Amino acid sequence: MIIRILGDGQFRLDDNLLDRVNKIDNQIVNHVSQGNKAEYSKDLANLISTVKELASPLDPVEIVPSDIIIPPSDLSFEEARRVFCGDGLIKG
Amino acid sequence: MGFLDRMSTVVQAKMNKIMNKIEDPRETLDVSYEKQLQLLQNVKRGVAEVATSKKRLELQKAKLQVSLDKLDGQAKEALQVGREDLARRALESKAALQAQSATLDLQIADLAEQQQKLTAAESRLATKVESFRTKKETIKAQYSAADAQVKITESVTGISEEMADVGMAVQRAEEKTENMRARSAALDELLESGTLTDYSGSDDVDRELAKVKAQSSVESMLAKMKEEIKK
Repeated sequence: MIIRILGDGQFRLDDNLLDRVNKIDNQIVNHVSQGNKAEYSKDLANLISTVKELASPLDPVEIVPSDIIIPPSDLSFEEARRVFCGDGLIKG
Repeated sequence: MGFLDRMSTVVQAKMNKIMNKIEDPRETLDVSYEKQLQLLQNVKRGVAEVATSKKRLELQKAKLQVSLDKLDGQAKEALQVGREDLARRALESKAALQAQSATLDLQIADLAEQQQKLTAAESRLATKVESFRTKKETIKAQYSAADAQVKITESVTGISEEMADVGMAVQRAEEKTENMRARSAALDELLESGTLTDYSGSDDVDRELAKVKAQSSVESMLAKMKEEIKK
């Protein structure tokens, strides 16, 4: 499957490894809903480094949509909250 | 709904804006290509802006370093003439400026990372745009209207996602440099108006040191004259 890390491009990840990504995704949801800033930053960094470690960068010549989109590494806690509120990452 | 699903929704909204709804699918290809070229220009500008902001912070850092060195020199001089109180004042100011300097270091590192990421994004986008251009001509030349529709949707969706990503990255970089510009303008003003040197008290220390030195040279001249008169 194809994963995009915003700001870092696309990666190809073995479908079997999706569980690991989903697990961290769920943790992030919990941290954001519980207002746990420190854990949020830790798990976002963890998510990105996990994908970078397990997946291989996609050749930029390929033009394909992604199955999963991961936020940029510097997405602040407040921005993450806004993503959940449906206001989007950036206005406009 | 997971966090990543939310992120996809955010990006999808951006993509929809980029793609719009165009009646003639072949026209979609050309319109998208035009937009890609525009975005490439935007990214280039973004990279240049980040580089300029970084340069500016580096200049400020150099200015601060001059102040730090000066305070250090003053502290040493003050100690040499036995004025520990003056040396202490100079060192206190030095510590305050060191904190400013550390903040600048962090900001410079942050911008360096932005610059590196945007440059990589620019090169990825450029490759994709070129690949899209080739594809678009192939689709136009080789496919019947029905087949072309599928191919067009595929590649336009793919490239639109890239464009949404890069567009957001540029916007984030711009917001960052804007914030830093405001802060660095404030620091510039301090440095230029001399408020910082006043605040650092280094002029005060200078005056005091000059007085102490003048006094000791007067003393030594007096002593010399007394010696001469005695002869």
